Order: sequence, then C-alpha cells, then structure tokens
Amino acid sequence: MSTAQDRRKAPAGERVADWADGRLGIYSLAKANMRKIFPDHWSFMLGEICLYSFIIIILTGVYLTLFFHPSMNEVEYHGSYVPLQGQLMSEAFASTLDISFDVRGGLLIRQIHHWAAIIFLAGMFVHMMRVFFTGAFRKPREINWLFGFLLFVLGMFTGFTGYSLPDDLLSGTGVRFTQGAILSMPIVGTYISMFLFGGEFPGTDFVARFYSIHILLLPGIMLGLVVGHLILVFYHKHTQFAGPGRTNKNVVGMPLLPVYMAKAGGFFFLVFGVISAIAGIATVNPIWVLGPYRPDQVSTGAQPDWYMGFAEGLVRAMPGWEINFWGHTLVLGVFIPLVLFGLFLGIIALYPFIESWVTGDKREHHILDRPRNAPTRTAFGVAWVTGYMIMLIGGGNDIVATHFHLSINAVTWFVRIGFFAGPVIAFIITKRICLGLQRRDREKVLHGRETGIIKRLPHGEFIEVHEPLSQEQMYTLTAHEQYQPAEIGPTVDENGVERKVTGSEKLRAKLSESYYGEGAQIPKPTAEEYREITSGHGHH
Amino acid sequence: MSSQEIPEENLPAEQSEQTAGHDEHGHGALSPKDEHPFADPGLPPHEHRIQDVDERAAKRSERSVALMFTVSMLATIAFIAAFVAIPVDRSVYIFPLGHISALNFALGMTLGIALFCIGAGAVHWARTLMSDVEIADERHPIEAEPEVREKVFADFKQGAKESALGRRKLIRNTMFGALTLVPLSGVVLLRDLGPLPEEKLRHTLWSRGKLLVNMNTNEPLRPSDVAVGSLTFAKPEGLEEHDHEFQNEIAKAALMIVRIQPENIKDKRELEWSHEGIVAYSKICTHVGCPISLYEQQTHHVLCPCHQSTFDLSDGARVIFGPAGHALPQLRIGVNDEGYLEALGDFEEPVGPAFWERG
Repeated sequence: MSTAQDRRKAPAGERVADWADGRLGIYSLAKANMRKIFPDHWSFMLGEICLYSFIIIILTGVYLTLFFHPSMNEVEYHGSYVPLQGQLMSEAFASTLDISFDVRGGLLIRQIHHWAAIIFLAGMFVHMMRVFFTGAFRKPREINWLFGFLLFVLGMFTGFTGYSLPDDLLSGTGVRFTQGAILSMPIVGTYISMFLFGGEFPGTDFVARFYSIHILLLPGIMLGLVVGHLILVFYHKHTQFAGPGRTNKNVVGMPLLPVYMAKAGGFFFLVFGVISAIAGIATVNPIWVLGPYRPDQVSTGAQPDWYMGFAEGLVRAMPGWEINFWGHTLVLGVFIPLVLFGLFLGIIALYPFIESWVTGDKREHHILDRPRNAPTRTAFGVAWVTGYMIMLIGGGNDIVATHFHLSINAVTWFVRIGFFAGPVIAFIITKRICLGLQRRDREKVLHGRETGIIKRLPHGEFIEVHEPLSQEQMYTLTAHEQYQPAEIGPTVDENGVERKVTGSEKLRAKLSESYYGEGAQIPKPTAEEYREITSGHGHH
Repeated sequence: MSSQEIPEENLPAEQSEQTAGHDEHGHGALSPKDEHPFADPGLPPHEHRIQDVDERAAKRSERSVALMFTVSMLATIAFIAAFVAIPVDRSVYIFPLGHISALNFALGMTLGIALFCIGAGAVHWARTLMSDVEIADERHPIEAEPEVREKVFADFKQGAKESALGRRKLIRNTMFGALTLVPLSGVVLLRDLGPLPEEKLRHTLWSRGKLLVNMNTNEPLRPSDVAVGSLTFAKPEGLEEHDHEFQNEIAKAALMIVRIQPENIKDKRELEWSHEGIVAYSKICTHVGCPISLYEQQTHHVLCPCHQSTFDLSDGARVIFGPAGHALPQLRIGVNDEGYLEALGDFEEPVGPAFWERG
C-alpha cells in the first residue's frame, strides 16, 4: 500500500523511467554511462564532426528520396530552368533539376547533403590521422580502427554512387571511368561490367542500381559500423594524453551528464549550422551548368569529389602499359592503379597489426603518444599522407597546369617521380624533426625552460637563466614509454642445440631496430641524470 | 644506451607482458616524490572560473546563453517567413557571391543561424556554468578474469559435447555441405543482372556504306565540309537522339574527323584508309573511355580532357603521352557516288578501353 502511494507521488518523469526500466533494464545501462567520463582535447571532436555529418547526410538524404526519380527513362525537360528546356535527359537528371529549381528548399537540402558528404569524408580522413599519429589504434582498439577504416572506404563509395545519381555530364564521365577500370580486370572485367550496367555502357539500369546501393546497401552497413564504433568507444573508454593524475588505469575528464551532453549535443548543432550556412552560400555540384550525360561529350577540367582524387591521380600518372598475349590483353596501365588503390588504403588498415607485431607489446594502451615520441610511426604516417597528397595533385594535374601555367606533361612527371620520392623524403625529414623535438623535451626536463632572461655573472660571463619545469611538466614530458629493439635472441638453446632463426624473426628484429634502435629515438632523461645535473650545478 | 637504466619503462617488448603490472607502478602517483624527480604529482587542484566565484559573471553567462537560444528562435521564424515569402525563382546579387538564388541563400543563412545558435548556447552554457571539476574514473582491463575464461571454455566444451557434433561426423559433414551449397542459389540469382559480354564490345553501328553524319548539323558530310585544321564530330547515319539505343550506340560509334595534308600523314595504313587527307578516328579514348575533344591544329595531336592521354592523329593516332595503352582505332572511309563521305566497314578492332578478351 505504502509503496503504491509513493509511486503515485513520484514525479511523472520518474514513473516513466521506472516503467521503462521494468521492461528494458535501463537503470543498469544508465548507472554505467550517465556520468561516464570523457577526457577533453580539441582533437577528440574530429570524430564528432564525422558522426554529425553522417547524421545530417541521412536526414537530408531521406528528404531527397522523396523527390528524386532514380530512372534513366529519357524525357524532354519542361521545368523552370530555361537553358535546358526542350533537351533530352534522363528522369534522374530532370528530377534533380526539379529539386534544384522547383522544390522550395530543395536546392538547400541537396547542397547540405553534398557538403555534408564532403565534410564527412574530410572529417574521417583527419580523424584517422589523429588516431594514427597518437597511437590510439593500439590494443584494445585495433578492431575499432578497422571499423573506422571500413567507414572511410565505404564512405568513398557511397559518395561516388551518390554523386553519380543525377546522371549529369560530369558524373557520367566518372561512371565511364569506373567502367573502363572494371574492364581492365583480367578475366572477369567484361562480365562484371555487363552485370553491373545490365549490358553495355551506359545502358538504362545503372542509376537505379546505384540508387539502391547508395541509399540502402552501403548506408545500412555504415550505420551498423557507426553504432559498433560508438559502442566500442564507450566500452573501451576514451584515450587521454599523459598528464598529472592521468594514468593508463584511469580516465580523467568531465561527465557525460551534463557537460558532454551539452558540449557534444551542442556541437551537433554547430556542425549542422555551419554546413547549412555553407550550403546557402557556396554552390557545390551545379549539375545544371554541366547538362545531362552523353557518352560522346565531356567537359574539360573533369574532377571527381576530393576523396576520389587520389584514385584519379593513380590512373592519370600511370604509364599506359598493355601486354598482349595469346589473344588476351593485360591492361596494366589501368589495372595496376586499381590494385594500388586497394593496397595503398589496405596498408593503413593493417598498420596497427604490423606495429604490434614489431613491438610484441600485448598490453592495453590508453595513454596517447605524442607523435614525436613515436618517430618511425609518425614518419610512416607522414610518408603515407605525402603519397596520398601527391596523388591528389596528380588527380588534378590539368587544374594545376592551367592555374599555375605549367606544362601538363611536367606536372604528370612530377607526380610520377614524386609518388616514389616524396614519401621517402617525407619519412626522413619527419623522423629528424621528431628526434629534434625529443631532444628539446629532454633538454627542457634536464635544464629547465629557457626564460630569455640574460644574467651577467660577477666575473663578466653572460648566462641565460633557465627556469626548472614544474613537477607536472616534468612528469608529462617523461611519461612516455621507450621500447628497446627486440633482438633475435640466443641462436643456441640451453642444451647447446642450434635453433633455426626464421625469416620473420629476422625481419622483425630489423624492423624493431629501425623503430627503436640507436638513432631512432632519443633516450628520455633518467632520474639519475636529473639528480646529477641538479646537484652538480645547482638550479640555473 | 643510458635508457636501459630505467628498467621499468624500457622493457624489451617480450618481457613487457609479465611486468605490465609493475610498469603502472614504476612511475605515477605511487612512487614517493623524493625518490623520483619525475613522479606523477596527481591531479592538479581545481581552478575556479569567474562564474564560479562571481554571481554577476554567472548571470552574464546565463543571459548570453539565453540570448543565443532566442536568436535561434527568431532565425527559425525567419526561415519559415523566407520559405513563404520568397519566390523559388528569385535571384539576388550578394557581394561577393554574385547572382544567387534568393530563397536558397535566405533559407541557408536562417537555418544555419538557428542551428548554430543552439549549439553555441549549449557549449557556452557547458563551459561557463556547468561544473568543470575534473573527475577520474577507473579503467578495468578488457580481458576477462582467468576464472571467467575457464568457465566459458568449460561451457563451450560441454555444449559441443552435448551437440555430439564431433562424434557424429555424418551430421557434421552433411551440414557443412548443405550450408556451403545453399548460398549458390543467391549467386545464380544474380545471373540476370546483365547479358554475357560475347562480341558486344567488338562491334559498333558502323558498316560498309553508312554515311558520316555531322553531329551538330545532322547532315551527311561531304569532303568539302571538312576543312584543314577543323575538328568534326560525326555519327553513323540513321542513329537519332530519340532512339532507345542512342546512348549505348554513340558510346561506341562516336567519330572524330580531321583533315591533314596527305604528305603530312606519316602512317602508311592511315593514308590508305583516309580520303584526300580526311581521316576518321574513334572519339572514345582507349584509356578508360572518355570522349576525346581537344585538338591541336598545328601538331594534329588530340588530348583527352579526362586523363590527358595524347594521340598523334598524323601518325596512326599512336599514344605520345599519358596513360592510354594503345592507338585510337581508325575507321576506313571513302566517298560514295553522290559525293558523301561513307564508312568502308566497321572498326577493325574494339573501340574504347582495353579489356581481357581484346587481344
């Protein structure tokens, strides 16, 4: 009786929560998560940009499906965009014109959708770099790295199938390029092409097929991956940078309710607001300027969206090798870029596993590395990004040539050489910069901060006053771990029997030496060194 | 190396597993300060913000947040007003954007402001008025305790034993067989996605006697229509834009016609297949199939605007730069009795990008 009375007195919100808990068990979920701690760092919001732009894409995408006709039926245009009136075009193109010119707000939603996609991919790229350069992919987060990687790759293809839907001259050219690349595949190329396009290019099927891939198949998979990605972020708890009171066994920051609820929730509106404003100001993909697709027409300066640019670069820079034998053609000039595209992306997916194999480290890592403290990893990452960027330049070689008044041939040759030389140079330079920064950190810990104050000693000598670092700073600068190179170990066991050293052991020892051997890292200051200096000279 | 002197933090990778526990205690809050100069001093004390100590500052923050939320409300009302009031086809000049759709601009800006102000208000509220005391939460290892692990393995063994899958091999093998075969239905169902390639990529609409029709004027071409230095696009007679198969056919049959002084034609076959220096080549690039459209009159080079493959039309259209793998196919042409340019057959090799069966 008394409990029943209490229930009646309880506020409505509590009663609803009780009702839900009795059926869903939400209280144990809330107990673990309502006051969950999130560490604060500007770079942690990059992933949020991706999540929010993904949500914006889904919201605006659903709206667009209400007006878009995924059909390649040829129609004569009679809408309100005068320059194209009377022209033959596919229904897909005509309905995109209707969205842009006749549906009020349709253009805005189309622009938000496209801008959000561009920002989604850019956000994922930068977010991945953040995770890579800080070592956040290490155990236990390797699987989440793969989830993120898959989201990036699927995002590329969702973007590609999406901008191909309006069936305009530019996107049709991109689809033609894809079909040409598919044809280059040995043995199966022509079959895949026929099956994808329902016959010869362009046929009348691909818009409808790309449509179901773009709005259902790929986003469905991506939604699952996003949810899994977020569950794992919650489950692993967020990483944090080293600092006073922050260890590998705790997580220091603000609670989800209220601070992160407000900050992250607010950030969604910030992202959405900025994208809306951009969409109101800057036109992206003005299909009405390009006109409907025809396989025998093309515009100059044809460019894919930025995230496909590096694939475009691979194709543009590759020499046109073709091997003919026994009545067959091996189209290496197109097929090698196709394979390289996969390999170049794949290596970054596998990197966490390569590094954990080299270090042999099986521990959990929740403290982020400063990029300088992992010089070889950082250098590898910068080399990869350099290769990517050079290919991006290659993808726009015509734009580069016309804007900077250069010869297209020279730009292409620069890209061809740069693809091999650029990453090597970037690797060497980055490693040196990292080591230099490590030396500076070491100096700072041992000798203190340079104050810029010049003091004249009684005997006339000038010295710069160094101010010792605070305990917090010294801890932060020395908190990182330094591995020793893994050696092959004794080749003779305790009984004197010779052990066979496998090739993988040798490779691992070599890699380990290049990661952590002499010259690959600056030994961080030890307590002994510090004491020796501070007791010997006194504080500067 | 001197770093070997800190054993805890410089574990050779192999040993790290056993001593992982120690590593956490090697530095950090547990070691006494006087023993280790770099010891973790622990969380720094909380520093108060002005809003924490001055109620007037807190009030100011409150008003700022409320102002932003209010601006958002006004912007939403403005959005609706713009939607209703501004005609969809009104264009407006806005510096430095130029002439843009008035409705799109108004909707984008008002929606942007409405959303942004909600976000800015929430973030400002969180930063100035919500508690900013840092809290430390414990982490727990992801790995299960050994007892849990044992229990799971034991349960699995028990379950596997009770299923008798390992003992009754017949069931196991037939089940795997059935599960392997059943997806084949799904694969077979994909068969009708498209026809088999067969010879489709080898033939175009061109055949002996088909007239070359100017793409722009839709009139059959005479030799006199093709001037030196000009680039003419042509299609086979009878192919009209309204035809159902127009896109597929033009994707293969599109033709590019130029006139070169016969003495400047370096390739012997090219000269043979030309008519008074008029040569007809496939317009479809042999790289990945873009239509080639840039012609350099002096050198007779054509450039594909997609990937910059460059072909020399005076020398059998061989590739002189870029990623294309082979020359453009040439169409053999002549003049019929009425003086019109006509094809003397189909292309002798497949047009467009190369493929495995091309040979």
